Amino acid sequence: MTLFKTMLSKLGRKTIDSLWTLGVASTFIFRVIARSSIVIRRPNLLVAEMHFAGVLSLVIIIVSGLFVGLVLGLQGYETLKRYGSTGAVGTLVALSLVRELGPVVSALLFASRAGSAITAEIGIMKTTEQLSAMEMMAVDPYARVIAPMFWGGVLSMPLLAAIFSAMGIIGGYLITVVVIGVDSGAFWSQMQASVDFHHDILNGVIKSVVFGTAVSAISVYEGYASVPTAEGVSKAVTRTVVTSALAVLALDFVLTAFMFTGAH
Amino acid sequence: MIKTTDLIQISSLNFSYGESEIFQNLDVGFSAGKVTAIMGGSGSGKTTILKLIGGQVRPQKGRVICDSKVVNHMRHNELFAHRKTIGMLFQFGALFTDLNVFENVAFPLREQTALPDAAIKDLVLLKLHAVGLRGASRLMPAELSGGMARRVALARAIALDPSLMLYDEPFTGLDPISTAITGNLIRTLNDTLGITSVFVTHDIKASFKVADEVVLLSRGCVTARGKPEDLMESTDPLVQQFVNGEVDGPVPFHVRSRSYREDLALVQSENLK
Ligand SMILES: Nc1ncnc2c1ncn2[C@@H]1O[C@H](COP(=O)(O)OP(=O)(O)OP(=O)(O)O)[C@@H](O)[C@H]1O
Ligand SMILES: [Mg+2]
Repeated sequence: MTLFKTMLSKLGRKTIDSLWTLGVASTFIFRVIARSSIVIRRPNLLVAEMHFAGVLSLVIIIVSGLFVGLVLGLQGYETLKRYGSTGAVGTLVALSLVRELGPVVSALLFASRAGSAITAEIGIMKTTEQLSAMEMMAVDPYARVIAPMFWGGVLSMPLLAAIFSAMGIIGGYLITVVVIGVDSGAFWSQMQASVDFHHDILNGVIKSVVFGTAVSAISVYEGYASVPTAEGVSKAVTRTVVTSALAVLALDFVLTAFMFTGAH
Repeated sequence: MIKTTDLIQISSLNFSYGESEIFQNLDVGFSAGKVTAIMGGSGSGKTTILKLIGGQVRPQKGRVICDSKVVNHMRHNELFAHRKTIGMLFQFGALFTDLNVFENVAFPLREQTALPDAAIKDLVLLKLHAVGLRGASRLMPAELSGGMARRVALARAIALDPSLMLYDEPFTGLDPISTAITGNLIRTLNDTLGITSVFVTHDIKASFKVADEVVLLSRGCVTARGKPEDLMESTDPLVQQFVNGEVDGPVPFHVRSRSYREDLALVQSENLK
């Protein structure tokens, strides 16, 4: 009985702690959003952060997109061959990428490359008192540092997801049309006929915006909340990657359930 | 230990970080137009006093008054206006690592003024010249020695012509020559600009040479405040211990604990038998 009680109280403690963290993190993000007018007044700050987040992730996004496309093309061809409809491989590759893999995989890659860098950057600025120094110069670090980083991440994500999908389609084309010899006309025309702008592309973009927001929010929060020591920053970076991955996968399930069930 | 003429007056102040109490009923003031040194052991709350003056932390009780305004009651905008009149030198410089020396010093000017680039350039070079580093303006912070970084940070701190300068341990980790240079800079800046300066230090020699007044912190209170020569003469055993750097005295060498005998493992097992 007492064992049960201690377990219950531990569980309660954990729940309260996580709710508390969630509350603190939300307050933090709302504060960042409230101080965001600076990204409109000084767009060069935003561009610099998009450059930072986007360029960091670009190579890994291009390479992974290409490989994912190659694999999708191969697997799709082998499966469709059984039903004698290899011409539909273009559709399969495009839909998988635009609806799912583009937004999800690029968000996971973005979290591990740019998200971790954002957390580390903010954590180091905190550890070396750069944020304190800024406050003492009457410059608000929420506006000057954190808001541009947050919005830079949010806006780069859909662009990166689009590049990922485009590279994936090129990969699928290379393996099925160029290597295996599927008819090029069938590949493109079937793809064009079955990918719907609203239902597929727009929903894919919405997903990547949601993921970008989640990953950027987690990254800046973990950086700002990190314990200001070398060890604290490295732990925060790890938390960014793990929490972002879980958040992206969970959000993807919820969004997919709303977007792609029922209709069609 | 507050005088009515003090620019900064901290009165009956309690401050704690969470559970750990740093100050109980602290009363201290800093004279206008003078250089004051705050001295005290590690962890006695010296940095915390500077943060209280800058409004970065708020006391649980009491008041921090600066230029007859209550800092700990200020709202966001007032606080930022207050901070624009303060220059603070952080213990390790706190330079922005992604900006070069020139851009570090230009940062407060670009953020707080609408000056044209040419004016900013001349102002930055002027400030860098004052700390003797005009020639280093293109270097990145990673390429500077500790002493140089401190001087760049000083140039940045004076960029907006503050009327109050706060220095957190400006001498730690500096060789004797750099210490003398920094001490001189603090003195000359104070006198030529007619500002008020407060610095925190462990360095008895440097602080007694540079400061007009010394404040001694111990156990969350101010033990002594006075001119360096008065503190030298003081008969207070605590002041004596600090000034002469004695290992043991009113500030004990040992952290409070059980008796040594009780702590020893062999003695304990002996007692159990
Ligand atoms: N953010 C914080 N959270 C919790 N405790 C803190 C925090 N900052 C400082 N402390 C504690 O408060 C006490 C006073 O800190 P403070 O930095 O003012 O000391 P100090 O006199 O400047 O010491 P030092 O000479 O080592 O720089 C220390 O014991 C420190 O451990
Ligand atoms: Mg300190």
